[in-house]
Amino acid sequence: MQTGTDRVKRGLAEMLKGGVIMDVVTADEARIAEEAGAVAVMALERVPADIRKHGGVARMADPTKIEEIQASVTIPVMAKCRIGHVAEAAVLQALGVDYIDESEVLTPADEEHHVDKWAFTTPFVCGARNLGEALRRIGEGAAMVRTKGEAGTGNVVEAVRHIRTVTNQMRALTTMDDEQLMSAARDHGAPFDLIREVASTGKLPVVNFAAGGIATPADAALMMSLGVEGVFVGSGIFKSSSPEAYARAIVEATTFWNEPEVVAKVSRGLGEAMPGIALETLGDTERLAGRGW
Amino acid sequence: MTRVGVLALQGDFREHLNILDSLGVSTVTVKKPEQLGEVDALVIPGGESTTIGKMATRFGLIEPLRESIESGQPTFGTCAGMILLAGAVTEGDQPLIGALDVLVRRNAFGRQNESFEADLDVEGLDETFHAVFIRAPWVEKAGSDVEVLANVADHPVMVRQGNILASSFHPELTGDNRIHHMLLEMV
Repeated sequence: MQTGTDRVKRGLAEMLKGGVIMDVVTADEARIAEEAGAVAVMALERVPADIRKHGGVARMADPTKIEEIQASVTIPVMAKCRIGHVAEAAVLQALGVDYIDESEVLTPADEEHHVDKWAFTTPFVCGARNLGEALRRIGEGAAMVRTKGEAGTGNVVEAVRHIRTVTNQMRALTTMDDEQLMSAARDHGAPFDLIREVASTGKLPVVNFAAGGIATPADAALMMSLGVEGVFVGSGIFKSSSPEAYARAIVEATTFWNEPEVVAKVSRGLGEAMPGIALETLGDTERLAGRGW
Repeated sequence: MTRVGVLALQGDFREHLNILDSLGVSTVTVKKPEQLGEVDALVIPGGESTTIGKMATRFGLIEPLRESIESGQPTFGTCAGMILLAGAVTEGDQPLIGALDVLVRRNAFGRQNESFEADLDVEGLDETFHAVFIRAPWVEKAGSDVEVLANVADHPVMVRQGNILASSFHPELTGDNRIHHMLLEMV
């Protein structure tokens, strides 16, 4: 019996496909998420919209809170550590979380290095804005990727930009020969063997979800139509006027993303979505997606 | 040509479609009750059993699934699929199809850190099967009509009851199509 293998780590992400992973800060919210049909929850101290509002240093959640959330649901529980914070990651592994998100939404702990994820039994998910960033994270051992949006804004534009970037960059690789691929590996700053793998399969070697800025059922359907395999929803649920209804509708729209009649039906009468932020009003230091390298 | 449907509400249904393609059958994703009548066999994939169960309930699929399975449609469930086919789970309250006479324990081996792969002896296969278990269930108790095809540490992880086949591991993740072939032999 072997635990912590690549196949087992990547395999859990395969099981989450077509589903919605929801940010929660309490056991009650976790139960609402599970009841709505979430495939997993992300245990957090504060949702991104509040991190944005309060400022300061955002860190891993309190272990007591993570354990309360683990005790309240049967679906997988994920939790975030700061970029490069090996000790927070080790704590999360010791707590038995099902996935560790090395996340730019928290304040980075190391400005140069990410966690060596191969050293862990618990699988990691990491954010990426382009193919090079995704393949560097996979090269470090990430078993799942999420294309970054701008978390806590309720604005999907960055999530769209980054999945389109990744898709276009992958498509370009599929037409290249080996000499060109080596040069592409240099340009993307990505390992050559992973570049060659993407060139031959036309897809990432791990499951890819969208994250950041998804606030409505139609946003979720849009991201699925752009080729992601599932969605993370952060502030979009518990910052809306009616979390139960939003949670359920976003789950249903993710399954039936290519059936507009269903998306229309589930979108009716949900009440106010979370308040949105126009990206041009954010300064560079207020943008979270740029963290990580 | 045999036509196999894969329930596609959530989970790794694409991996099942790929492995069925390798066996040369025609495949179709199933999301609506009326599609059940158009297939010769059905696969319920891995995924989150609570999510798939809730979606099946909301979109009116639980009853039609039960009827088509009870009327003899060959059906194969992996992991979440095994849970959904079961008559009962040891803890909690979630929608189940209930066609398979077993009591299932969810996350029986533990959380993700305890997920594992291992070589397994499977009744009816000459060589061992490399099996991937992810937050996997096991069968806690099986009715007298249920035949146990594989065990891990004395817990049944693969069973057959008439036209129903279920495994708590994921043959769709390894590219080995022998267990899917067993389903096709039941058609």
